[in-house]
Amino acid sequence: MEWFRKAKAGLTRQDKQDIPDGLWTKCGGCGEIIYARELERRFWVCPSCEYHFRIGHAEYIRLLLDDGVLEEYDRGLISGDPLKFKDKKKYPERIADAQQKTGLADAVVCGIGKIGGRAVSFSVMEFAFIGGSMGSVVGEKVARAIERAMTRRIPLVIVACSGGARMQEGILSLMQMAKTSFLLAELVEAKIPYISVLTNPTTAGVMASFASLGDVIIAEPGAQLGFAGPRVIRETIRQELPPGFQSSEFFQEHGFLDKIVKRTELKPTLINLLTFLSGPNSGVMEKTGSTLPMPGGLPESPA
Amino acid sequence: MRPGTYLDFEKPVLELEARIRDMREFANDENVELTKELRLLERKLDKLTRETFASLSRWQRVQLARHPMRPYTLDYVEKMTTGFTALHGDRAYGDDRAMVAGPAMLSDRPVLIVGQQKGRTTKEKLANNFGMCHPEGYRKALRLMTLAARYGRPIVILIDTPGAFPGVEAEERGQAEAIARNLREMALLPVPIVIAIIGEGASGGALGIGLGDRILMMENSWYSVISPEGCAAILWRSEGAVGNAPRAAESLRLAADDLLELGIIDRIIPEPLGGAHRDAAASASMLKAVILESLIELGALKPDELIARRRDKFRKIGVFSEDDTF
Repeated sequence: MEWFRKAKAGLTRQDKQDIPDGLWTKCGGCGEIIYARELERRFWVCPSCEYHFRIGHAEYIRLLLDDGVLEEYDRGLISGDPLKFKDKKKYPERIADAQQKTGLADAVVCGIGKIGGRAVSFSVMEFAFIGGSMGSVVGEKVARAIERAMTRRIPLVIVACSGGARMQEGILSLMQMAKTSFLLAELVEAKIPYISVLTNPTTAGVMASFASLGDVIIAEPGAQLGFAGPRVIRETIRQELPPGFQSSEFFQEHGFLDKIVKRTELKPTLINLLTFLSGPNSGVMEKTGSTLPMPGGLPESPA
Repeated sequence: MRPGTYLDFEKPVLELEARIRDMREFANDENVELTKELRLLERKLDKLTRETFASLSRWQRVQLARHPMRPYTLDYVEKMTTGFTALHGDRAYGDDRAMVAGPAMLSDRPVLIVGQQKGRTTKEKLANNFGMCHPEGYRKALRLMTLAARYGRPIVILIDTPGAFPGVEAEERGQAEAIARNLREMALLPVPIVIAIIGEGASGGALGIGLGDRILMMENSWYSVISPEGCAAILWRSEGAVGNAPRAAESLRLAADDLLELGIIDRIIPEPLGGAHRDAAASASMLKAVILESLIELGALKPDELIARRRDKFRKIGVFSEDDTF
């Protein structure tokens, strides 16, 4: 067991495309030139248009967990190459490159942390690792995270960010959808709360399994959410897609999302929801009475 | 041979069959003695058929799974069961004709049949959306599976889909949610669930009715995380997806013997030489026998034991190692 602690100063870049490394950066939403330190202070949300830059697992840990501390589990789970998948680049090489790039063994980080003083089984996906795709390792780690929530009787929080199942593991990837969903059925029986947090993007195999099965499902604004990829849909219907299609806003409008939550409001929202869900009939160890924390504002300085 | 009813690699076999048929007719009509010639040709046909179908590539199996004459769900239902009563609707939005479901008698056992239905004629294909379900299809299936479970009736599922429908309306009505919910709810249904992939098992569209106690695959069916064409479009987009689908089929290892080797399925159901369409009745009787056998085995288990074994089956799927130094 290792302690995962993020240094308060100087965050490592998780996603070369999104988190800017210069002094100034251009907003992907409105095009405004923003001072990078200002952006960092705002958790990579544009001060003018509230465009949410994509951030990595480390930033979510720092943003959501008390003191930015995750007691990490199953860090060393490493994918095999069960199909000996034939591709331009060999699958083990793809894995090695992604490991080099991210410092992670695979596309999800799991462990136990505290949110507003309450212990939770916490998982966060890393898009920079082969598009956050789910193969055997992601499926297994999420499965263990669900089991951990049940054995310790603590709520489950998963921050999803994934293009879907990992093609290079073929049918084994597809079956991770069944595996994780199966355990979530048991979680429901155990009355352990599960909050699913969707970030940009959460699609396909991940969306069609654990990400859609939260007691409460919240998403950051403007995230791409859906089952099929836009290119596939466009080719199927042979016409342009309506504006805002498959966005968080679209998802909420059609009734598949409880709430769109700005990144800066994620933590207080989670605290409120976790308090509500850990009621007297829940299976969680530390139940809470009727007093909800005061809404609004970050309860403690995240940085 | 009518165009659109055969595959390219079947053609030599079918042509030779036609020649033998013609010769036999001629011999009969004209009262000519051709027994020797016929026997020779029949031996040639036998050899050719064996050679053609002995070692099929994965792509050829994909083609057989999509064969225009391949038996579909309702063909099997008709041949395997009696008294099938199709029930309709998800009680929320509508009825999806790509998903059929309803009670039937399998021998002397009342079961719920669930399955995708592609459609044979152009009109049927369009009405059934080529077997691509919308969310209401998955919800109809779940509604009726829940009903079957409530009254202690086993569930028999036949999978045959090129994928869940990727369209605007499907997204609006929550395709991902419908599939995810089915997986979670099917996990704990306290009745035996026997699944057979009879043709195409494309990704989440197949898995959305694919969680159960026994997973069977017809010899020439395929089951994969993505279709060969979809995979080729991602891997070899610049070189053209269609031409590379055979390569993708090999990479994905989507054939029945692959899935048996990978520990995903329980059994392969043999098909008549040349594919299920060459003898639909024989295919149906083989499928029926294995389904019945599975139902008898599973019927001996108490619901708790059934669910515990189902859990173990899916819980252990995955290939990985643990490196503590990482």
